Amino acid sequence: MEVIKAIPLNHYILLSAILFAIGVMGVLVRRNAIIIFMCIELMLNAVNLLMVAFSAHHGDGKGQVFVFFIMAVAAAEVAVGLSILIMIHRNTETTDVGFLNKLKF
Amino acid sequence: MTHYAFYFLSFLAILSALMVVFSKNPIHSVLYLVLTFFAIAGHYLLLNAQFLAVVHIVVYAGAIMVLFLYVLMLLNLNVDAEPKNKTWVKVAGVLSGGMLMLTLVATFSKAETQALVQKDPSIGVTANLGKILFNDFALPFEISSILLLSAMVGAIMLSKKEAKN
Repeated sequence: MEVIKAIPLNHYILLSAILFAIGVMGVLVRRNAIIIFMCIELMLNAVNLLMVAFSAHHGDGKGQVFVFFIMAVAAAEVAVGLSILIMIHRNTETTDVGFLNKLKF
Repeated sequence: MTHYAFYFLSFLAILSALMVVFSKNPIHSVLYLVLTFFAIAGHYLLLNAQFLAVVHIVVYAGAIMVLFLYVLMLLNLNVDAEPKNKTWVKVAGVLSGGMLMLTLVATFSKAETQALVQKDPSIGVTANLGKILFNDFALPFEISSILLLSAMVGAIMLSKKEAKN
């Protein structure tokens, strides 16, 4: 067991919580669908950072492998999501999420 | 030394994440998000996760953000085309996001403060991660390859122009 540094694990949790909350804030505040996608990426990255921190803390590499899978899923999500966005823009000439309100109750 | 690096990278990540949300121009948002990703890659390096740091830069900063920039260019989005929210919606969004942040921070700041001790500094190198990946996670690895293939096919199918008939 080797102490590399003395940063409390708590600070990693706080950093991830703040980044996640900024991502949620972005999804709520912005209406451009591309920015909303970017904020979702921000939230995924907050979770990834916390997972790597706990993986290093417990000395278990499985957490880092899981982060790898999350990256693969995020890449797939972005590819499909952006192509849906391009189709929406082709049909409606806008990327405003407030415009697509047919399913609104 | 690592203390200063940690707090500098955290500050950079939070500041540029805020700029992603609040900058008017979508291009600037993308560039600030790239900066956030570099800061997070620096955090991975501090945690001795070298492989993930490199993959993070290659996949996120190199591939995903370039995809975002490409779509912004393709759709010709700029400040003028930016949809505006009503002011009270913005205030409500910031308030509810801030309250979520407050709740999370207040919850976790009371947690036990144990210093982060790296039991085995070599878990983040590629050889060890590869062993774990192909011994314990072989099936999820194959499934994620099918997921990526189907996403690729789906993206091409979705963005293809409708055939005239």
